[in-house]
Amino acid sequence: MEKVKQKDLILYSGLIILGLAAPYLFSAFKVQLTYLCVLIVLAMTWNLQGGEMGYNTFGNILFYGLGMYLTASVQVGMFFPLAEWTESGGEKTFVHTTAQYFQGIGVGLLVSAIIPAIIAGAIGYAILGLRGHYFAICTLGLGIAAGEIAGGIEIIGAGQGFTTPPFPAEIVDTEARGKFFYFLSFALLVGTFVFVKYIYGSRFKLILNAIRDNEDKAEAMGIQTMKYKIVGWMCSAFFCGLAGGIMGGLIGYIDSTDVAFDGREMGVFMVLMAILGGKGTLWGPVIGATLFHFFKEGLWTLILGWQYVALGVLIVVIVVYFPEGLMGWLREKYPEKFGEVIDDKDRKAQVELK
Amino acid sequence: MDFLIFKAPMLMVQASLDGILLGILFALIAYGMALQWGVMNIINIAQGDLVILGGYIAYTIYLWGIHPAWGVIISPIIMFFVGWGLYKLVINKVVDRDLFISILATFGIAIVFQQLMNFIFGADVVVAQSEYGTTMLFDNSVTLPNSKIFSAFISVLYAFALVIYMKKSRLGRAIRATAQNARAAKILGVDTEKVYAATFGINAALCGIAGALISITLTLHPYVGLPYTVRSFMIVIVAGLGNLPAVAVSGMGLGLFEEFADYILGTEFRIGAVFLLLVLILVYRRFKLSKKREYLK
Repeated sequence: MEKVKQKDLILYSGLIILGLAAPYLFSAFKVQLTYLCVLIVLAMTWNLQGGEMGYNTFGNILFYGLGMYLTASVQVGMFFPLAEWTESGGEKTFVHTTAQYFQGIGVGLLVSAIIPAIIAGAIGYAILGLRGHYFAICTLGLGIAAGEIAGGIEIIGAGQGFTTPPFPAEIVDTEARGKFFYFLSFALLVGTFVFVKYIYGSRFKLILNAIRDNEDKAEAMGIQTMKYKIVGWMCSAFFCGLAGGIMGGLIGYIDSTDVAFDGREMGVFMVLMAILGGKGTLWGPVIGATLFHFFKEGLWTLILGWQYVALGVLIVVIVVYFPEGLMGWLREKYPEKFGEVIDDKDRKAQVELK
Repeated sequence: MDFLIFKAPMLMVQASLDGILLGILFALIAYGMALQWGVMNIINIAQGDLVILGGYIAYTIYLWGIHPAWGVIISPIIMFFVGWGLYKLVINKVVDRDLFISILATFGIAIVFQQLMNFIFGADVVVAQSEYGTTMLFDNSVTLPNSKIFSAFISVLYAFALVIYMKKSRLGRAIRATAQNARAAKILGVDTEKVYAATFGINAALCGIAGALISITLTLHPYVGLPYTVRSFMIVIVAGLGNLPAVAVSGMGLGLFEEFADYILGTEFRIGAVFLLLVLILVYRRFKLSKKREYLK
């Protein structure tokens, strides 16, 4: 990777300062900001799959939900019997001390990052062999099957849900909970961004693009496509699991189909955000997620009850009319800003072709 | 888990009959999906929601005091125009595009449909009473609702009618020509735009029939559309496009699988089992195809 330019340095340090100051500046919106961080992480990891690799997945929600259940289960299971916790009102009988809570969530997040990545690696060979729309439908099925099955398993609360450990009562500061989850998610966001940025400067990204553009040719050029596809998916699963774990703690309650394996909301949001911003770009998902979140929070309450109709219409409009997203649109309009040099002859030729 | 089914053989007969009758219904939906997939190269995620909408139309006329069985005639007529309108509004813009775009766009349509049905018909589970009674077989140990037999009979009737229509009529031949080669059909004077609209309309009408039958045999709920989409997708990829006997057989196979999964794993895992089966079938297919590819090398 070439050395970071001065302009970039100012931009990044500005963003980080903004991110660190945000919970103090917008104290009332800490939960929303946490959501935003998680949404950006989900959109960026989806973009690795759908945008760079060309494997449009609906199944990243699987890792998100897994991460959520794993974090909560580990956090409870480390100190108390899990079955009794989920049976009825366990959070009232057993109380985590402050130390237990933070130890639990630390270990839980670690587990929730590693296990989904391992699962992605294990099923990757079978699933990633599917091409195009078969892959899309298969992952859609995976996400929903996981939700349905999780809703039938007794030890994690089955249909009645799983209450995650409440924030320790010994901490008197009422702001502490919000701040804790915000900084956790912000750290995750920074980590994800640095990681994805690193990938964007590496050979790995070029290989993923080769797979997207023509997988058979890439294979013929001697790239072991399957290996790279699995690694790419594992990276996504790693961050999705972490995001799920944080969200589980923040929401405080896990339902199998409405919170964890929420294909109807989160699963669609991540695809939509990445496409809205422009898939296959570094900043696209970030911008898309931010715009989407503002749109959602601004309008959801105004059109209460109609929000899903609006969501559905939004999906159709974006997909049909703006499949290239915001960044794609900007790129077409101002190619010079993206470092693409097109001379006038070329442009004229293109116009004639159209 | 409950293995009652292996202790009482009569339950097996019950499950098999239920499964086959249900499977015929699934096959009808799958036939619609195969039709529009084959002709327009679109995967319609909203298929199941069209089915449920058709069911609600039958349920509405039931609420008006008309026997819900008339739904199998009224519902497809209304649904044909719904399908036509949907094509003109959205689908015509995604026909020649990437398949994933059609998947996402129809996913959006599915969400809109679910929510609108939730507003209009409420979030309760409803069923239209046909009052056809039940048939008892084998000393009353196997009960078979007559409505299920009726629905299987109607499905078969409509499927045959459609096959004959596709073979004989002008529009049917135009549809088949477009499926074979859209460009050649266009050159020879087929208005492909109209053919596409009609195909989508016919698909929606088939969904309407299936929905009306579901309203009297099973239950309706605004959010249960997706499993029907997945079932029909599964049947189509197992049977292949445009192979009606295979669609019927794999539909029945799926019905059998579901009923047995219901008895063996328990009802709470039924939908989960359907989606898992989808994943397994796709994975199986992928390994079969990759063997073929290796062989070609």
